[in-house]
Amino acid sequence: MAYIELKNVCKSYGEGKDKTEVLSNINLKIEEGEFVAIVGFTGSGKTTLINLIAGLIEPDSGEILFKGKPIQGTSHERGIIFQNYSLLPWLSVHDNIAMAVKSVFNDWTTKQVEDHVNSFIEKVNLSHAAHKKPRELSGGMRQRVAVARTLAMKPELILMDEPLGALDALTRGNLQEEILSIWSEDRRTALLITNDVDEGVFMADRVIPLRPGPKATLGPEFEIEIERPRNKIALNHLGSFKKLRNEIIEYLMEIGMERTAGMEITHYELPDLAPRRFN
Amino acid sequence: MKTKIIKTVQFIGLGYLEPLIRLLVGEDLKKNGKKAFKRILFPILSVVLFIFLWQSFSNYLSNVESEIKIEKALKDQGSEAAKKLEACIASGDISCRPNSLPSPAMVYTAVGKLWDDHKIMTTKKQDFIDKYETINAARKTKGQIEIVYTGRPSFVDQIMTSLKTVFAGFLLSIIIAVPTGVLLGLSTTLRTSFNWIVQIFKPVSPVVWLLLVSMIVKTLLTNVDVEKSFVISFISVGLCSMWATLVNTSVGVYSVDKDYINVAKVLQLGPFSKVFKIILPSSFPMIFTGLRITLSVAWMVLIAIELLAQSPGLGSFVWEEFQNGSSDSNSKIIVAMFVIGIIGFMLDRIMMIFQKLLTFTE
Repeated sequence: MAYIELKNVCKSYGEGKDKTEVLSNINLKIEEGEFVAIVGFTGSGKTTLINLIAGLIEPDSGEILFKGKPIQGTSHERGIIFQNYSLLPWLSVHDNIAMAVKSVFNDWTTKQVEDHVNSFIEKVNLSHAAHKKPRELSGGMRQRVAVARTLAMKPELILMDEPLGALDALTRGNLQEEILSIWSEDRRTALLITNDVDEGVFMADRVIPLRPGPKATLGPEFEIEIERPRNKIALNHLGSFKKLRNEIIEYLMEIGMERTAGMEITHYELPDLAPRRFN
Repeated sequence: MKTKIIKTVQFIGLGYLEPLIRLLVGEDLKKNGKKAFKRILFPILSVVLFIFLWQSFSNYLSNVESEIKIEKALKDQGSEAAKKLEACIASGDISCRPNSLPSPAMVYTAVGKLWDDHKIMTTKKQDFIDKYETINAARKTKGQIEIVYTGRPSFVDQIMTSLKTVFAGFLLSIIIAVPTGVLLGLSTTLRTSFNWIVQIFKPVSPVVWLLLVSMIVKTLLTNVDVEKSFVISFISVGLCSMWATLVNTSVGVYSVDKDYINVAKVLQLGPFSKVFKIILPSSFPMIFTGLRITLSVAWMVLIAIELLAQSPGLGSFVWEEFQNGSSDSNSKIIVAMFVIGIIGFMLDRIMMIFQKLLTFTE
């Protein structure tokens, strides 16, 4: 039995004429302790997929089983890191995390909560900014807080919805390593959604492309058999890494071409103009 | 120290003083001098221009009025009376001064007069209290009613009464509008059911509110010993001004960012902590904007309500001066106008500071 299993999941938005089927027939199995990445174009229904697994929305048809039982609503067992951080702007870094910790471990003493919160703030290297408000932080620091908030809840399944999508390449690389190092402490099951193939290959055990929506389905999966801990710089010179990455990109390009081929492209006749000489 | 002062003035909305402060500590004389010159001198110039326009307009009006008066005298009483009147007006005698828009100088004199009046009345009142202190103490032990001062309130006393009324009304509107707004924002059923009440009563004029409230208060408080006019006016002020807060609160609660609601869902907060930890804090900026509008509306309608309810305060001061019609009544009304405006401005600034202190910025 798979740890989490999606069976023929469909989800559409709107009604009647405006109805668009975002996801159709999604089948996915993730084993315990696995790190799976789903890569896809923007607008291909990635966020819908992760919101379904988190329990924020319900599928129209199909089943989502978590540890063999169909999921109902959200749960502390399934933590989610949002794409847009979703930090509460009126609370400090510390209080944002503390609120999450208190909601999960409601029988802890103040000291236990305090120690736990501080240890996670330290893990994401934000001790110096613990009492700052989110607006005083940079994008990367905000995402660190969001990561710490979710991981401090000790979820059994970590869902990441393009967590690093809005960050610059350098911050992105650093945070990928940070998330991996925290994750490797207890190797919980993780599902990462991303539009960056390199990120998926670097972080995950398995990369699954999402064929773009409407009616998005999952493509063939790619096993990543690179040993952990992975090193970003060394990886760039590794042949198998390059090969896998290129395969995935090629696949995505191909389905991207299919998508554009499906659309009608209007060609405009341009007037035949030439510069004129004045002398 | 310097940055602290600058931050404080910026916080209370006096940011234009920044260059002056920088200038005073001797920082970059040329640049800050220029800035201070622009940001402080030009507003002063605009005040001067305003006073100049006011002066010319009031001159014009009094000329028009004297001409009408002289012409009327000529028609009704003959040329001799007209000449006499003309001489009288030229001499600036109070008895025949045109009673039109007062000039800035007259208003300035009225300010001094009102202040002297206030000092005289305060000493009178103090004298009265001192005089009757022992008598009242004796009456109290005998179980008799104390003798209270019933003299005319001064202008400053009227301001204080008005402030008291407006705060009572404001408090009432917070107590009614914020919880109601939260409930309406949370429940679509409630919002759609009660929307008609909000839409219909929101545009009702303060005068009508006053009449409605006095109908009710008159009946309910027949045998209760309270200042009925005060109760009527503060309740009317509250009911009149609470709508902005009610609407803003319900919209703020209703339109909480979906991300925050998702956070509440993921953290599995109960309904109570969802409201108090997520929904209320995130709608605080909207609620405070509503409260600011409410306070300024309350202050604005207060004057009209006091005027009609015969309750003491600036409104009745203005009305009494208008009825009084003495030579400096018009000037006193203008003084009251400026005082009302300045206090309204200060109340708004105070609310703005509270808003900045208590709400977040993204």
